[in-house]
Amino acid sequence: MAKEYETVIGLEVHVELATKTKIFCGCSTAFGGAPNTHTCPVCTGMPGSLPVLNKQVVEYAMAVGLATNCDITRDCKFDRKNYFYPDNPQNYQISQLYLPICRNGHVDIETESGVKKAVRIHEIHMEEDAGKLVHDEWEDASLVDYNRSGVPLIEIVSEPDMRSAEEVIAYLEKLRQTIQYLGASDCKLQEGSMRADVNLSVREVGAEKFGTRTEMKNLNSFRAIQHAIEGEKNRQIDLIEEGKQVVQETRRWDDTKAESYPMRSKEDAQDYRYFPDPDLVPIHISEEWIARVKDAQPEMAPEKKIRYKEQFDLPEYDINIITGTKQMADIFEETTALCGNPKKVSNWLMGETLRLMKETNTDPEDLTFSPKHLADLIAMVDKKEINSSVAKEVFEKIFAEDIDPVAYVEEKGLKTVNDEGALRKTVEEVIATNPQSVADYKSGKEKAIGFLVGQTMKAMKGKADPSSVNAMLKELLSQM
Amino acid sequence: MANVISDETIEYVGILAKLDLSDDEKEQAKKDLEEMLDYIDELSELDTTGVEPMSHVFPVNNVFREDVVVNGDDSDNILKNAPEEKDNMFLVPKTFD
Repeated sequence: MAKEYETVIGLEVHVELATKTKIFCGCSTAFGGAPNTHTCPVCTGMPGSLPVLNKQVVEYAMAVGLATNCDITRDCKFDRKNYFYPDNPQNYQISQLYLPICRNGHVDIETESGVKKAVRIHEIHMEEDAGKLVHDEWEDASLVDYNRSGVPLIEIVSEPDMRSAEEVIAYLEKLRQTIQYLGASDCKLQEGSMRADVNLSVREVGAEKFGTRTEMKNLNSFRAIQHAIEGEKNRQIDLIEEGKQVVQETRRWDDTKAESYPMRSKEDAQDYRYFPDPDLVPIHISEEWIARVKDAQPEMAPEKKIRYKEQFDLPEYDINIITGTKQMADIFEETTALCGNPKKVSNWLMGETLRLMKETNTDPEDLTFSPKHLADLIAMVDKKEINSSVAKEVFEKIFAEDIDPVAYVEEKGLKTVNDEGALRKTVEEVIATNPQSVADYKSGKEKAIGFLVGQTMKAMKGKADPSSVNAMLKELLSQM
Repeated sequence: MANVISDETIEYVGILAKLDLSDDEKEQAKKDLEEMLDYIDELSELDTTGVEPMSHVFPVNNVFREDVVVNGDDSDNILKNAPEEKDNMFLVPKTFD
């Protein structure tokens, strides 16, 4: 009988914090600046420069720790992790080894197939990001841009509590949702503001000891993470089945080739010789400070769900989607505040917005349309200034370019014709030119009226209110 | 309590520090490191029972910056520190990830 294996997975998740400046200097963290335009002697590791800690980094790290049920370390400090690499100009990375800011937390997850469990968090520590290495084909050399050097990161280290790719995705989604709600990071995997390293081992079902684990890097989408987990699990099982050993190593996942390969040679010693950074003084976190950060915590998804149900009476499915990301929830709340109709706002989000997101492959955090424009659109439909098919057409423009619907409708002449005389005249013409449908309707085929409504709408270039057309048709037909 | 640094250790320390040491330099470094360790061993003579481990020599904590951008584009000056530059970047020996 074939042996059954269990996958054991722990995650190291790096999250780039949403501060305006770097962790130890006043350089901007803005994405996409020209190379080395956001650098100074501190973040390029010049001799004699001194780091000064950005207070907001500590507060974001505390906020994430509190939201993930961690203990906050009252006295914490920074250590130096020593290694040589051109993207690391000091030859050490300032990180936390001995006294990380948060410890012993957990995140409750629920997978799509219904597994509910708590994933324990071993620790969260603060550290600085490295620069970016670019390959130069012409010079046979590398080029370094230090704009990312010193950008604040937190590293969230889980316990090996996950058993499948599905659980890993659920955990990452929960972390991302929590951190986005806190405003501590935008957590975009594609842009690298959230990165996951997967530590994975396999063991026979029932075994107590863990197998030898490998660490996989370069996973920049949920899809890549899922593929990498499946691929690495199978690679390790194959090795064991062949009677070979799994080697503890760091591997790089290549998603296009769907395979991983070892990243570092054995001669390349991984001995970081950590020691306390003497340039930075310890951090003392008081009860009052923790209380202040706790009080400033925004309403999170679980509380929002309860409130939405009570306040707006929306279906649970809709509530889950809307509160699933902060961006959706913000759009919903702001639009509802402007137009006072939660049900209609929800319909626009659940219907057209989701449809267009799917069509254009847009993530919720990349939604850019303003709540005011959606509220204006809803108001125009309410006032019957435009009909629903025109509204959908206008919404596509709002979704893509955030246009002002009032100006757009005016400019394109999309307003519904509310001129009763014009409507009556058109309906009379439609009745006169479609005797068969009229006869059908008269003989009891009520559905025939749909064709006549369509003909009238067409004659009025879509700018009529379908319910008025319907009413007018019924009125005139009943007089025949 | 003489400390002894083995050949393997000095080799390893050299690799970690990316130093290409000659045999004479290795012998000299071994001697220096042994003396340093012996000196540090003297500290063990102190009775530290009941003394709190210290995390910093100065009794100062919580030195922070506010999250405000104060540095502008100084890349012209920063790149003067580059051994070579190209396209506003530091040109370094080819390095694989």
